[in-house]
Amino acid sequence: MSEDELLEEVTSSEYKYGFTTNIDADTIPVGINEDVIRLISLKKNEPEWMTEWRLDAYRKWTKMTEPDWAHVSYEKPDFQKISYYSAPKQKKQYESIEDVDPELLDTFKKLGISLEEQKRLTGVAVDVVVDSVSVATSFKKKLGELGIIFCSFGEAIQEHPELVKKYIGTVVPKQDNFYAALNSAVFTDGSFCYIPKGVKCPMELSTYFRINQAGTGQFERTLVVADKGSYVSYLEGCTAPQRDENQLHAAVVELVALDDAEIKYSTVQNWYPGDKNGKGGVFNFVTKRGLCEKNAKISWTQVETGSAVTWKYPSCILKGENSIGEFYSVAVTNNYQQADTGTKMIHLGKNTKSTIISKGICAGKSEGSYRGLVRIMPRAENARNFSQCDSLLMGDKCGSHTFPYIEIKNKTAKVEHEATTSKIGEDQIFYCNQRGIGTEEAIALIVNGYCKDVLNQLPMEFAVEAQKLLAISLEGSVG
Amino acid sequence: MLNIKDLKVSIEGKSILKGINLEVKPGEVHAIMGPNGSGKSTLSSVIAGREEYEVEDGSINFNNEDLLSLDPEERAHRGIFLSFQYPIEIPGVSVTNFIKTAINESRKAQGLDAMPASKMLKKMREKMRLLEMDQNFLSRSLNEGFSGGEKKRNEIFQMAMLEPKLAILDETDSGLDIDALRIVANGVNKLRTPENATIVITHYQRLLDYIVPDFVHVLYNGKIVKSGGKDLALELEDKGYDWVKKEADNLV
Ligand SMILES: Nc1ncnc2c1ncn2[C@@H]1O[C@H](COP(=O)(O)OP(=O)(O)O)[C@@H](O)[C@H]1O
Ligand SMILES: [Mg+2]
Repeated sequence: MSEDELLEEVTSSEYKYGFTTNIDADTIPVGINEDVIRLISLKKNEPEWMTEWRLDAYRKWTKMTEPDWAHVSYEKPDFQKISYYSAPKQKKQYESIEDVDPELLDTFKKLGISLEEQKRLTGVAVDVVVDSVSVATSFKKKLGELGIIFCSFGEAIQEHPELVKKYIGTVVPKQDNFYAALNSAVFTDGSFCYIPKGVKCPMELSTYFRINQAGTGQFERTLVVADKGSYVSYLEGCTAPQRDENQLHAAVVELVALDDAEIKYSTVQNWYPGDKNGKGGVFNFVTKRGLCEKNAKISWTQVETGSAVTWKYPSCILKGENSIGEFYSVAVTNNYQQADTGTKMIHLGKNTKSTIISKGICAGKSEGSYRGLVRIMPRAENARNFSQCDSLLMGDKCGSHTFPYIEIKNKTAKVEHEATTSKIGEDQIFYCNQRGIGTEEAIALIVNGYCKDVLNQLPMEFAVEAQKLLAISLEGSVG
Repeated sequence: MLNIKDLKVSIEGKSILKGINLEVKPGEVHAIMGPNGSGKSTLSSVIAGREEYEVEDGSINFNNEDLLSLDPEERAHRGIFLSFQYPIEIPGVSVTNFIKTAINESRKAQGLDAMPASKMLKKMREKMRLLEMDQNFLSRSLNEGFSGGEKKRNEIFQMAMLEPKLAILDETDSGLDIDALRIVANGVNKLRTPENATIVITHYQRLLDYIVPDFVHVLYNGKIVKSGGKDLALELEDKGYDWVKKEADNLV
């Protein structure tokens, strides 16, 4: 096979998860104004402080403009054409998985994510978010015994308003950026998690997101609070159905790790990237940020294979002494996808440490950018950072860009940055072929090897899923 | 088993193999010798199915099947193994994972289930003992940071695991010190059966002291210019390639 044929074959995989679930939905008319926001808040039966918080965010948002510094170009969404709320009509909460809408279960089957299997085999508590409202929550009782709260954001506002009120917007302020402000105004649901002092959460907490309603913007909000000395591993994964219109996704994730706490936050992201010609696909503008107090640690691990346009920088504010921030990322772009992703590590406290491992894979005519900021503030004595940013190119029609920004305001800082760019060689593929490994399998093997340092950070069963997604996004028939 | 007839191969318009004829039967060991650039690696690559090379003329049959119409992995599934002169690095892929994938892909092609992990591990241990290899080898990234000798030993380890019908060893001896050479050659000898065959490509007589060939061929300028028994290798060692070259050039 010639290099060109090889590329053609490798880059011509169709999106496997393109299907829509026919669940009746209850949708607010399109457009945004203060009334819409009041209506969202009313429908969700929110307390007044929440309504006011949203309205304040909305007023701030109207004075902001969309950022255009990222290395992506796209048609800007018309915010008056988006429907800001959609909830499945079936509003029941389920005690057991058997009660869930069979069609929804079928969807999960198509995705290869059997909830039951997850429950049984992996002990994962799954909070499924379909079209903005949680429809299934499991393992709640077991978590409850430990005092762990893991529920939808809406439920948290009702049941634990004091916690929500205390922490919401403390890591990502309402006016942080254009999309965060929009999210703060209109967020429909999401997940909330609180781990009490000294509690090590015994299982991975997992949420599978799906956008499912044609023309529905998705504004998820996640807040994870790990109290002193606690530990939690949180998994977020998503796939999206195929459709023609662009779908805007502007999520906000806030992590708070108090003294001696640790949060591992893993994401496998697979939004619909658009067809081979770049039409359709999800616009994914996400603000993810974590705050570390003394001796705390936050690790972000992400495997990104989807979206038409991705704009995403999971970041850590290392406020407390000896706190640690980590960022492990694999970002795959194919066809006409554009991704501008990276991280920010803000060192405020003494002896703070951060590690950044970023692996970009570009195929087709896609553009992948890594944008990383390491900022060492004046009081951050002995801060350390190590960054490794690698790009793997498949073919010569794609582009990879690295924008490392380093700002050092304390002379004791030690910052190391390494970057490489490589190509999957015909030699490597032939070597595999000669051992009986076909070309598709060979590419999967090589790509997984290249991403190993990141995949190793994921919980086992999630890593397997991530490998599958990598294979699917780069190949025709694997999976 | 292997039957090469009048094989002519070029790359980028440059003719490299100019009519090769070679027959290898089960159980035989053939040595192909010849100066640098004579086309030895080209021949092994073409047998293995490397696409860059243009086959202008001739045929290669393997167990009565037209090899040239098969993809490289299909040839591997038929039992052809090439120990590369320059093994390729695949970062992040462990030796174990690579071999596991290779074996199971071949099994899949033959309609067999994946080999159970315990059986795989047992076999790996056994073959590593045969080649006097260290256990921690298995978890290292394939060929990454391997010394020249380690790479070659790893090639033979893979051969031992895959149990090919026809193994082509392209300068497996280069990069090996004398002890490693002995170990690797012993390994190759132990893997010999009356059913499988080996083509040993080498520059030097040295390796052939350990792996004793039934036939020796001299490849020069894209042609097999001389064939003989194992004594031919000794003669070459003694007199160098010049006399064969002269003989060959005089014929032209
Ligand atoms: N990929 C290639 N591109 C161009 N020329 C090649 C290529 N591979 C081999 N050749 C040429 O073919 C000839 C034979 O090479 P090779 O088969 O490697 O010889 P040997 O293994 O006997 O040393 C040499 O002249 C070499 O330069
Ligand atoms: Mg050679």
